[in-house]
Amino acid sequence: MMIDLSVKIDKILLKNPVMTASGTFGYGLEFDDFLDISQLGGIVVKATTSKHREGNRYPRLAETNMGMLNAVGLQNKGVDYFVKETYPKLIKYNTNVIVNVSDSTIEGYVEVAEKINELEKIPGIELNISCPNVKEGGMAFGTSCPMATAVVEAVRKVYKKTLIVKLSPNVTNISEIAKAVEDAGADSVSLINTLLGMAIDAEKRRPVLSTVTGGLSGPAVKPIALRMVYQVSKAVKIPIIGLGGISNATDAIEFILAGATAIQVGTANFIDPAITIKIRDGIAEYLQRHQIQNINDLIGALEV
Amino acid sequence: MKKVIHDLVVIENKPVGGNNFVLLLKATEKLPEMLPGQFCEVKVDKEPGVYLRRPFSIHNVDYDANTITLLIKAVGKGTNVLSALIEGDLLNIVYPLGNGFSLTKETHILLVGGGCGVAPLLFLAQTFRKMGLKPVILVGGKSTEDVPVLEDYQKLAETHVATEDGSLGEKGLVTQHTVFRTRLSEFKRIYTCGPEGMMKAVANIAEALEIPCEVSLENTMACGIGACLCCVTETTEGHKCVCTEGPVFDSRDLNNWNIEKASTCSLPYLKTKYDD
Repeated sequence: MMIDLSVKIDKILLKNPVMTASGTFGYGLEFDDFLDISQLGGIVVKATTSKHREGNRYPRLAETNMGMLNAVGLQNKGVDYFVKETYPKLIKYNTNVIVNVSDSTIEGYVEVAEKINELEKIPGIELNISCPNVKEGGMAFGTSCPMATAVVEAVRKVYKKTLIVKLSPNVTNISEIAKAVEDAGADSVSLINTLLGMAIDAEKRRPVLSTVTGGLSGPAVKPIALRMVYQVSKAVKIPIIGLGGISNATDAIEFILAGATAIQVGTANFIDPAITIKIRDGIAEYLQRHQIQNINDLIGALEV
Repeated sequence: MKKVIHDLVVIENKPVGGNNFVLLLKATEKLPEMLPGQFCEVKVDKEPGVYLRRPFSIHNVDYDANTITLLIKAVGKGTNVLSALIEGDLLNIVYPLGNGFSLTKETHILLVGGGCGVAPLLFLAQTFRKMGLKPVILVGGKSTEDVPVLEDYQKLAETHVATEDGSLGEKGLVTQHTVFRTRLSEFKRIYTCGPEGMMKAVANIAEALEIPCEVSLENTMACGIGACLCCVTETTEGHKCVCTEGPVFDSRDLNNWNIEKASTCSLPYLKTKYDD
């Protein structure tokens, strides 16, 4: 049986639903030794901001049961460096390269989006309104409907291609935020970003992370992410990209059943740098086994 | 240098004193080319509390036998699982990672190791011997059992020992050892790996004497390949990843590294004990 794994996120055609999550896959280049990135549906490169950012101080990492906390804080060399130095290295990939866009002000978001809009080979951006590790901006934009609306509307005015908005799970009602960004012009939503968490070194009586709190990711957050994707799929019409602890093909299938059109693999890339290809193969194997020809028939196909 | 993921077979797990052990691992595929100072990321199975891989220096490489060794100290959940590995077990590793020590052609080289931090220095000393150089090795620890696999170093090079309790070699810290106090200026380059306090003390004095000093850092890391940006250290050029831009750094490129600038050579190392 011929299996069709291709899905569409707005105008972007993905050869399969497997993407990588921002901040866990560098610029793809770091993974060239381990897999053929062109075989993925898409990659989302590290958050890019208007100015160079040094990020937070070390320590930035705490291991947790079935997961990890990070406090990187959007370290990157800024959008101008990305356009000039990094982008030319990425056009070799025969897949969708999406840029994660973040900043601390609406003007900053708009500046980055305008500059990325000019890059021919970048079919979309993922607006990061959900980073929990920066003092200003970041998650603040993603935890209130008026703020989320304001930043998405402003970026929508200047960004002509596919606009994905990455949502924060650190809210009371994620469906409301999803609806707000849909109304503000988003073409898709991706969820979830990391959950705000904390780790303490009891022996030293000190926090493990330099920032005290950080973002929790990995298998530990999967049930929450799955629930949120399910809820948001009932609230919006735009396609959903599901992520949060996906570590194997079964996890990916669960997100698709819950309503995700595509999925992103994040922290699992740290454990197995070649995991994304295995997940793609596993999804195909699942469809084969269940005699489902087209992956689109599985989206939101959960029987409740 | 191409990075690979291999399942290596445990040939031997040898306790070497203290909580240290040496894993001899055989590859079924051809070993990738490796440099001294590079490291690997080891997956720890069957322990729910261990999620991330654990980074370890390559202790030694035998291309003919297609084996590598890792010298590890059991200090926590991950390393405790590894210490219980037996012959025939499989270990999934990603390697080789990071940049190695620079292979100088200077004839007078000092290698300074502390505790199980001596691990990468065996591979380094062996590489220098193959280049026809004769490095001098100085290793230190709290006590005898904190100076593992000493005989392996003695076979390769002139080796000196300092222990804090005096149970082996000279009593005191490596920076108080006769070699360090009286012969330091004869060395053209110093390589060090061990507790950060020890490396800082060594680097401080090396800098005061204008001897280039390379240090191998061990920050907590997740991916090991420059993707997560968790293992950064502060350098004169901003944050750099220890995994891809290190783990070996020239001590002069590191910020917040000197306990106090040793320009006056007040020898702070004589007053402070190393922290772990």
